Amino acid sequence: MASDQALQGLDNLELGPATRTGRSPARLARKAWTAAWPKLLAIALVLLVWQIVHLTGWKKLVLSPPSAVLSDLWQMARHGQLWAAIGVTMKRALIGYLLALIIGSVIGVLVARIPPLRAALGSIITGLQTMPSIAWYPFAIIFFTQGTAAILFVMVMGAAPSIANGLITGVDYTPPLLLRAGRTMGLRGLALYRYLILPASLPAYVAGMKQGWAFAWRSLMAGELVVTIVGAPGLGVLLNTNQSLQDFAGATSIIIVILIVGIVVDMVFTKADTALRRRRGLLDPSLPA
Amino acid sequence: MRAINEQQVTSPAATPGTSPTSADTAFATAVRLTDVSKAYGTGRTALLALDRVSLTARDGEFVCIIGASGCGKSTLLNLVAGLDTPTAGEVDTGGRRVGLMFQEPALFPWLTAAKNVELALRAQGVPRAERRAQTAELLEAVRLSGFGDKRPHELSGGMRQRVALARALAQHADVLLMDEPFGALDAMTRDLLHDELERICAERTLTVLFVTHNVREAARLGDRVIVLSSRPGRVIAEYDVPRRGPRRIDSPEVANMAAALTDRLREEMGRHGI
Repeated sequence: MASDQALQGLDNLELGPATRTGRSPARLARKAWTAAWPKLLAIALVLLVWQIVHLTGWKKLVLSPPSAVLSDLWQMARHGQLWAAIGVTMKRALIGYLLALIIGSVIGVLVARIPPLRAALGSIITGLQTMPSIAWYPFAIIFFTQGTAAILFVMVMGAAPSIANGLITGVDYTPPLLLRAGRTMGLRGLALYRYLILPASLPAYVAGMKQGWAFAWRSLMAGELVVTIVGAPGLGVLLNTNQSLQDFAGATSIIIVILIVGIVVDMVFTKADTALRRRRGLLDPSLPA
Repeated sequence: MRAINEQQVTSPAATPGTSPTSADTAFATAVRLTDVSKAYGTGRTALLALDRVSLTARDGEFVCIIGASGCGKSTLLNLVAGLDTPTAGEVDTGGRRVGLMFQEPALFPWLTAAKNVELALRAQGVPRAERRAQTAELLEAVRLSGFGDKRPHELSGGMRQRVALARALAQHADVLLMDEPFGALDAMTRDLLHDELERICAERTLTVLFVTHNVREAARLGDRVIVLSSRPGRVIAEYDVPRRGPRRIDSPEVANMAAALTDRLREEMGRHGI
């Protein structure tokens, strides 16, 4: 028996039979249901407990029942005011986050590459990460005066350190064996970064971006509550108004919306992270998507 | 045992590279190490990994280097690859391109098999138009034509190691340094890969320095086998392995050679046992 034929046979044996890659609607629906029912059940439980507390009559004057809050939410959604507020807030979120992404990435690359810079800034970056973003606002308002700039500044201060740290961690954890392989291959300087170190650090970078988003979102919400902004109201401003009006149902509705936006964006990051790890074989294939 | 042409090197000062059998003047010398020493650290704590190692490999020759743990095999390859510089002595590859393969495939997990090979071509400055054709040809050479779009984690260990071989070949290397490349594979796969490696080397006139722990592997593959001592690494013996037609891992001459190598290695290990 020719050895190359045996080799081909062995290859086929080791790879096993072709895996099913069916994407039939039924399969997708079943997958969606598997992912959805625990969440739906959790929400139903919360609403149930809320309803029971309401029925006991505790804090009767302020605590509205879930039905009142949901109908309030429905009214806001129908009259476009909510969507406008979400639009205003998301625009700020996007600008602030992109700024943080650019600044964090540049600082991350520089600190990872230049040892003296790392000695100087490494621990400061980690320190900044632990700084509560609300504490920046007095400084930001004095420096930038009331307005969007102050909020964007605090968002960057909150998110950029996480993004930079993610990138630095990724660069540091590039497997030495791959570096050795890359150097033997003739990758040097910039090419080494472009083709090896940056792709290798992508998972840690994405993790940093995800954490950065959480910080940016928190900073933004705090900012919309604390900073006076002229112009169309964002979610935070609506929340503030509800507080002034002692409108429990309204405030709760906005909180629910803020929570949902945060969760949806987080899901996008998680999806990207999972896809990345699946491509690299870092995911147990038997786990559900 | 008569068939085995053995040259025992008793003192490290002797230079086996200049002995009549190994310095066949019909072929140019591809790799020459002259009195190469490598120490790590300095002063009292310095560790001598290699001690005045001299060896040569001719163009197209398959040289196996064998030794127990601590013989500085990997250090030796790093020096030849130019990833490290010797403390003393000289490493000369006459400007030949050197490719390196490790025990782990060390493929980039975010690239497909084909892209891994192609990246090596890109690093060599091969224009985009030629890269695809050359990649296909290299994957064909390691019998992986149908698997170019698979990612490393989707391939078996043996297949990954063949992608790594294709990648090393993509470096247009004249000299291929292999650091226990089949050490982590099962015996069946390893046997088949020996055949493949032999075929590929024959097709391309590659000079190979092949480091291994496995005496049978050394006897199976090598035109010459060099035995290193441990701590520090010195050349203590050198065997020419006569080639009479195709060899197999279970050929009698391979078994004889392996037995001789085992004896020599045990003798060396015993030196450290007291």
